[in-house]
Amino acid sequence: MTQMNRLTGGLIDQSKPLNFSFDGTSYKGFAGDTLASALLANGVRLMGRSFKYHRPRGVVTAGSEEPNALVELRSGGRQEPNTRATVAELYDGFEANSQNRWPSLKHDMLAINDRFSNFLTAGFYYKTFMWPKAFWEKIYEPIIRNAAGLGSLTGEGDPDLYDKGFLHCDVLIIGAGPAGLMAALTAGRAGAQVVLADEDFRMGGRLNAETHHLGDMPGAEWAATAVAELASMDNVRLMTRSTVFGAYDHGVYGVLERVADHIATPAAGKPRQILWRVYSKRAILCAGSTERSIAFENNDRPGVMMAGAVRAYANRWAATPDQNIAIFTNNDDGHRTAADLIAKGVNVPAVIDIRPDAPKVVGAELLAGAQVIGSKGRLGLTEVTLRLASGEMRSISCGALAVSGGWNPNVHLTCHQRGRPKWNDALAAFVPGDDLPMGMTVAGAALGDLSTHGALAGGAKAAVAALGDLGMTAGIPILPKADDTPVKLTPFWHVAGKGRAWLDLQNDVTVKDVKLAHQENFVSVEHLKRYTTLGMATDQGKTSNMGALAVMAEMTGKSIPETGTTIFRPPYTPVSMGAMAGRAVGKEFHPTRLTPSHKWAAEQGAEFVEVGNWLRAQWFPRTGEDHWRQSVDREVTQTRNSVGICDVTTLGKIDVQGADAAEFLNKIYANAFAKLPVGKVRYGLMLREDGIAADDGTAARLAEDHFVVTTTTANAVTVYRNMEFARQCLWPDLDVQLISTTEAWAQYAVAGPNARKLLQKVVDAEFDLSNEAFPFMACGEITVCGGTRARLFRISFSGELAYEIAVPTRYGDGLIRALMAAGKEFDVTPYGTEALGVMRIEKGHAAGNELNGTTTALNLGLGRMVSTKKDCIGNVLSKRDGMNTEDALRLVGVRPVDAKDPVPAGSHLMAVTGPVDAGHDQGYVTSAAYSPTLGTAIGLAFVKGGAARMGERLRLANPLEGSEVLVEIVSAHFVDPEGEKLRG
Amino acid sequence: MDKLTALTPLGDVTARVDTIGGLEIREVVDQAMASVAARLGQADLTKETTAAKLGLVLPDVGLSSQAAPFTAFWMGPDQWMISAEHDSHELLASEVKLALGPCASVVEQTDGWCRFDITGVAVCDLFERLCNAPLRQMANGAVTRSSVEHVGAFVWRLTEERVAVIAPRSSANSLHHALIAAATSIA
Repeated sequence: MTQMNRLTGGLIDQSKPLNFSFDGTSYKGFAGDTLASALLANGVRLMGRSFKYHRPRGVVTAGSEEPNALVELRSGGRQEPNTRATVAELYDGFEANSQNRWPSLKHDMLAINDRFSNFLTAGFYYKTFMWPKAFWEKIYEPIIRNAAGLGSLTGEGDPDLYDKGFLHCDVLIIGAGPAGLMAALTAGRAGAQVVLADEDFRMGGRLNAETHHLGDMPGAEWAATAVAELASMDNVRLMTRSTVFGAYDHGVYGVLERVADHIATPAAGKPRQILWRVYSKRAILCAGSTERSIAFENNDRPGVMMAGAVRAYANRWAATPDQNIAIFTNNDDGHRTAADLIAKGVNVPAVIDIRPDAPKVVGAELLAGAQVIGSKGRLGLTEVTLRLASGEMRSISCGALAVSGGWNPNVHLTCHQRGRPKWNDALAAFVPGDDLPMGMTVAGAALGDLSTHGALAGGAKAAVAALGDLGMTAGIPILPKADDTPVKLTPFWHVAGKGRAWLDLQNDVTVKDVKLAHQENFVSVEHLKRYTTLGMATDQGKTSNMGALAVMAEMTGKSIPETGTTIFRPPYTPVSMGAMAGRAVGKEFHPTRLTPSHKWAAEQGAEFVEVGNWLRAQWFPRTGEDHWRQSVDREVTQTRNSVGICDVTTLGKIDVQGADAAEFLNKIYANAFAKLPVGKVRYGLMLREDGIAADDGTAARLAEDHFVVTTTTANAVTVYRNMEFARQCLWPDLDVQLISTTEAWAQYAVAGPNARKLLQKVVDAEFDLSNEAFPFMACGEITVCGGTRARLFRISFSGELAYEIAVPTRYGDGLIRALMAAGKEFDVTPYGTEALGVMRIEKGHAAGNELNGTTTALNLGLGRMVSTKKDCIGNVLSKRDGMNTEDALRLVGVRPVDAKDPVPAGSHLMAVTGPVDAGHDQGYVTSAAYSPTLGTAIGLAFVKGGAARMGERLRLANPLEGSEVLVEIVSAHFVDPEGEKLRG
Repeated sequence: MDKLTALTPLGDVTARVDTIGGLEIREVVDQAMASVAARLGQADLTKETTAAKLGLVLPDVGLSSQAAPFTAFWMGPDQWMISAEHDSHELLASEVKLALGPCASVVEQTDGWCRFDITGVAVCDLFERLCNAPLRQMANGAVTRSSVEHVGAFVWRLTEERVAVIAPRSSANSLHHALIAAATSIA
């Protein structure tokens, strides 16, 4: 197919043809084309269907504000819906499809919706589908949700990579039009660290779309020269294809760089996009402005476009939507389009200017004081109908209409921190208000300086001021002579009429819808937005909000500034979920922490479980074990009968030193630590300020002024943070120093009747492990395997004779291998977190399930640990009456009366007979397991007044699953309640 | 009983070295480390004693210092990390404690951390993809605490083209993966 609407010139490279397809049809474009420009050059105006009514739509703009020409790019896992054809750069083999249509773009069955437009007005779904009530959730809502939306996803995983990045600069300049380039030149020449970001792939902004000269150079050439100078500066970073999408706190800006969207697929290992966080000391917003339309009946046909966009396609991309283009304007800028088109050889049948005093036009008929009141053309514009100044009607045949209603400064980023723009009467537009994000200034068209000279001067001035704030000196450079035409405009928002005049093309919102919203008493613009869906979706109303506000103002009799705008929020343009996720996807979703025995455990075929970021061995299956319970039961039994080994490195270890270390621990723990002898370990319970149990663990005293505190795995960070807070803020006068040593030591629990015998084989001979020399709760520094430094603690979580042995982490792998080899004669087993859990339940030790943020020391049966002889965190509030009642929850054991019954965790305890409801709740099961030692399921539970209810029978009720189990309340210490084993 | 074999943070017996593009990512396993925290009100004495006994000037906020065989970097208020060759100073913490006496708390940190040294002209480009430390603005010797792909780390600019990143040992594989991914990305 020929490029029938390709013009001469432009900034494309006509020596580099590119093949692409749209809806399966092959076309040719050139390097430098966008999908939109290439389709226009090929005579394609119909590019999509509208959201609600499925009306035929074509491209309207030439930039990121595009509401209409939304397409699906690529295919398979890379298929991306709702992509604006105006910013999709062409490459060879480029593949695009239209969306939201069936079976084809030209023949869309859902266009039937348009016939029912009277029933599908704003908020129709709030008023209809009301009866019968039950239908809403099951029928109406699914149908509506199915019909809503635009493009589609394939459901395949995205194969691309996305990076995140961080930049630091003195000045971030947002937008590389004349203002941005001049600001960058000024700041760059002064030596400042500059980041210049522009969403386009070619810097220059409107300079690339206009025919103005700067000095004796065409605007685009001046821009290219400026970019070349900036590129030569080491202190300037140029970022094309980079949208600054959000202004965040403290001068931080979000920038999406599309590094590989303009090629078919990124190279292996290279990202498709990068989400940058830019930390700027100052930012200069040079985001330009967006042209707005004038609404008239059926103004949504393919071929009705913004005048500035038509001009941009002609000048930059050498493309035109048609060879016959009429102009409809309320300002002088529309006349530029006429002049540029005529210069390019495009026929302009008429310039329709609503102003009776419109300036003269050369080369086209001027219809001053006229208005476009309608259009024709099923899949593309063929004719516009006018009402002339005289009142007479007239039709003009044309394939495109270039509309200009004036320009709106792009104030979006100025409002991202709830700033409000202010009204400018001369422009009939909002300009940046006074409440800008910290460190931001605005220049150029974004500030309302719509001339090229204004932009250049404003950019330079803003850069000088920004650098001045930073104590740097820069001079205003000599500016090239540039266009300085004042804005001449008569505000005009919509042509009065009965038909549907479109304000928001993306969401199918018409003037009528806004009127309806007003009629139904939606007074606030925020309500208007939500009722009509105006300004939502990918374009965020960049081309539509102002028109709707104007209509709303007209309805209410208020001025536009009184009516106000909706809140502008990031992102300025859509940011893909992939970019937000960055590299944190799949198994890299979060960093992983590996235990010292991980390599060895993996060799044993261990099943791993995530515990926070840690990967811990859950159990170690052996040949013949095809169910996890078999492995876990065996590990428990082998440990209780002989000896087992478990990697407990993940428990937090905090080194506490200082002359006041003991006093500090006395304040941190509910129980006393001051008199703990050197060489001993003590179990400790920490409370929160409100008296609720926070964490438990042990503290080992290695010297008078030196302890090692252990925490639970889950609370390692929290406890350390709380201790650091206490040290720095609560008791800064205490001499205490803290540092984490969790990672520095590989630590293994060696538990079971043969634990001592096993350890004696690896601990160097000079260390006596006998019960007399190293009794229960002893600790000390030893050596193992011929001199490796180690720490030994005689503590037990399993209830068995047990030790924890620690070596520098690098030797952790060696130690587990040595222990396993030494334990062979005792039939040693490694055990994982499941067996660990079973054994601690059998022993009645509380863990995370019991320290669940609602329980007190009293509930846990540890009430007497809260020392009355000293103060500690949580001491006072733990004495509250309500937390110390006779029938307070107490930790007990539960055991099914019928040994074959399960104990479902989370079940609630009720009387044997009677109702099962919250009012009769006696308590709940926190932990449950099958005990291979007892041959039955067991559980730990909190039961009201539990200590006095031993032997009582209760019902375990699980109403969610409809199960009930008769249980007996027993001691939580199912195994060795007297503790003889662990002291043996 | 046989002596125990030491593994590197990445889980091998020898340190890993990767070269991607112009960047070398080297697992550093030959450094012993000990934290030094001044006892209450004894920061000046700690600094004086360190200078007198070890010849090392404890650095100010965000900086590092060196006096063979020791190097040190600032970790927090009145707190530093001292390092030295592991083979000759495996008991560095004891050595430092002996030198400093009661004015400071010293804790062995050698195996609490993994360290990767990255060398190449694009080292700043690499870290730009990994953390918000303003590496380009950091002078040689500057150290800062940062987060690299959600792993807390010290980022230490050793020279113009060489940066050390020191992070918790258990996350060595995740950190290494992030370094390799970013290096591939910019290569």
